[in-house]
Amino acid sequence: MSNPATAEAFAGSNVSVSLRDISKTYKKGKELVPVLTDINLDINRGDFVALMGPSGSGKTTLLNLLGGLDSPTSGELVIAGQRIDKFSSGQLTKWRARNVGFIFQFYNLMPVLTAEKNVELPLLLTNLSSKERRLHVAAALDLVGLSSRAKHYPRELSGGQEQRVAIARALVSDPSLLLCDEPTGDLDRATADEILALMQELNQAQQKTIIMVTHDPRAADHARRTLHLDKGKLIQE
Amino acid sequence: MKYLYFIYKNLTRKKVRTTLTVLSIMIAFLLFGLLRSLSAAFDGGANVAGEDRLVSINKVTLIQPLPFSYLNKVKTLDGVEKVTMSNWFGGYYQDRKNQFPQFPVDAAEFFDIYRDTLNLPPEQLAAWKANRVGTVIGKALAEKFHWKIGDRIPLIGLFPKKDGSTNWEFVVEGIFTGKTESAQTNVMYFHYDYFDKSRQFGEGTIGWMIVKVKNPKESAKVAAAIDELFENSAAETKTDSEKEFSKSFAKQFGDIGLITTLILSAVFFTMLLVAGNAMAQSFRERIPEFAILKTLGFSDVTVMFMVLAEAMLICALGGLLGLGLAKLILVVNASRIATNLPGLDMSFAIIVTGIVWMILLGLVTGFIPALQGLRLNIINALRRN
Repeated sequence: MSNPATAEAFAGSNVSVSLRDISKTYKKGKELVPVLTDINLDINRGDFVALMGPSGSGKTTLLNLLGGLDSPTSGELVIAGQRIDKFSSGQLTKWRARNVGFIFQFYNLMPVLTAEKNVELPLLLTNLSSKERRLHVAAALDLVGLSSRAKHYPRELSGGQEQRVAIARALVSDPSLLLCDEPTGDLDRATADEILALMQELNQAQQKTIIMVTHDPRAADHARRTLHLDKGKLIQE
Repeated sequence: MKYLYFIYKNLTRKKVRTTLTVLSIMIAFLLFGLLRSLSAAFDGGANVAGEDRLVSINKVTLIQPLPFSYLNKVKTLDGVEKVTMSNWFGGYYQDRKNQFPQFPVDAAEFFDIYRDTLNLPPEQLAAWKANRVGTVIGKALAEKFHWKIGDRIPLIGLFPKKDGSTNWEFVVEGIFTGKTESAQTNVMYFHYDYFDKSRQFGEGTIGWMIVKVKNPKESAKVAAAIDELFENSAAETKTDSEKEFSKSFAKQFGDIGLITTLILSAVFFTMLLVAGNAMAQSFRERIPEFAILKTLGFSDVTVMFMVLAEAMLICALGGLLGLGLAKLILVVNASRIATNLPGLDMSFAIIVTGIVWMILLGLVTGFIPALQGLRLNIINALRRN
């Protein structure tokens, strides 16, 4: 799966994510539409990066590539020493389950499951026993301060609480990389600040590498680095 | 198993839709259980028919008689062990609606030939043989009319007696039971001699012959020999196995098997559309959720099986409820039905067939949504969110 030379190079470095000449082109009818062009980027372990740019600049596409939801048209994409651009769809699925936590703008919780059952979902893919899963879920909910809401359904939670559950779900399998797509886009200012503070805490205390797509400069202020994309190109840092 | 809770919770998402889908499947399997049991009961006579028994009737039609003398001629054929006869009587008790099968038979031979299916205590058989107007009745008949040994039973017969009356009187000398569930015990047997000597016309004739062969493997050969024996005579015969005879007799009411198959085909086809539409709608509503599952690391195949499992679970739930209800209806009404249709019960084979149909229905209705789940593209699906 991984390229031994790349893995060796990564073992001695602090780089978690490396993109070399990454391009992504979509086909629209007979026309080829470039979405990302020659992206070169290194993100260190434990970094907190905000990805900004106007609509259609390619932020979400880049996030999808980093999360293994999509594959680049060309270029080299290495995450924690693994060339994920070479992975098959099945390999990407397994890799995602082990290495990446996703947080979405609209939380995307399962409405039929309680908070704890939502958080447990990624653990169903592991070999953990039911008891072990419960312990992990309790720890994740405790981390986001929602232990008391474990038995509540998403409809019984506020937007901020739902996003906390989503964060707990992203954290529960202990991934090294957290990818957040507009995590505060659906929240009021105060709640958004709480969520961003929580993400900062996770970044500092647990050394999670966080990449966050946002339109909001105040949200980006919570990150250590801010990258700007425009028309599919990385224009400034 | 660890996904079962999630699958179950998804079924409870739209309770009304799930309930209606389950109910419609339940009705389909209720009909399946009842109609298949009914069809099997109609075939019951054929199923208890002995392989070593042949029935020989007039080639023209069952209601045309055969000469009594045929019995002795058939007895001489190779491969024939015993021969007896019977005739349609067509009487009723007190009221025309109280009709049940009655047959004049040869008391000396009949219960010997049918010892594999009917059981009459020897002392009752002896008492019957000793009484010219004696009769033996089946257990179901005795229970229906509350008849017991010693009772006098007046019947209005189809055949007038020599004095012009159609009143026939019999005395119950025995009550026989069936050795199998589907053995007919709603029947009355009485002496052929009494019937033949008392009737106004048709004396010396019989309705049909029942032939017991020595070796069941030679049944076809013996049947052909009987028909050949009476070829070109005034009353040619048509001889078949008792099973074939029972089947063609049952078909006088219509081809129950074909009728039930046609009804069930229509029901299941409709069910396929109803359940298939419900499954497809349920899948479409949750496309973003399935995309999230895939994002979290659930494989394409896992998502496919989860969708399929939902369809299977709905079909199993509705199907088992339907079969259970059918069984309950048959059990509750068992005694009432037994008189007219002995052996009306849901057999193990019908239950197994029902379960196979549930699995097939689940697979077919869940197939398209499951395939869509397998092929679901995360990026496209999340855009719909």
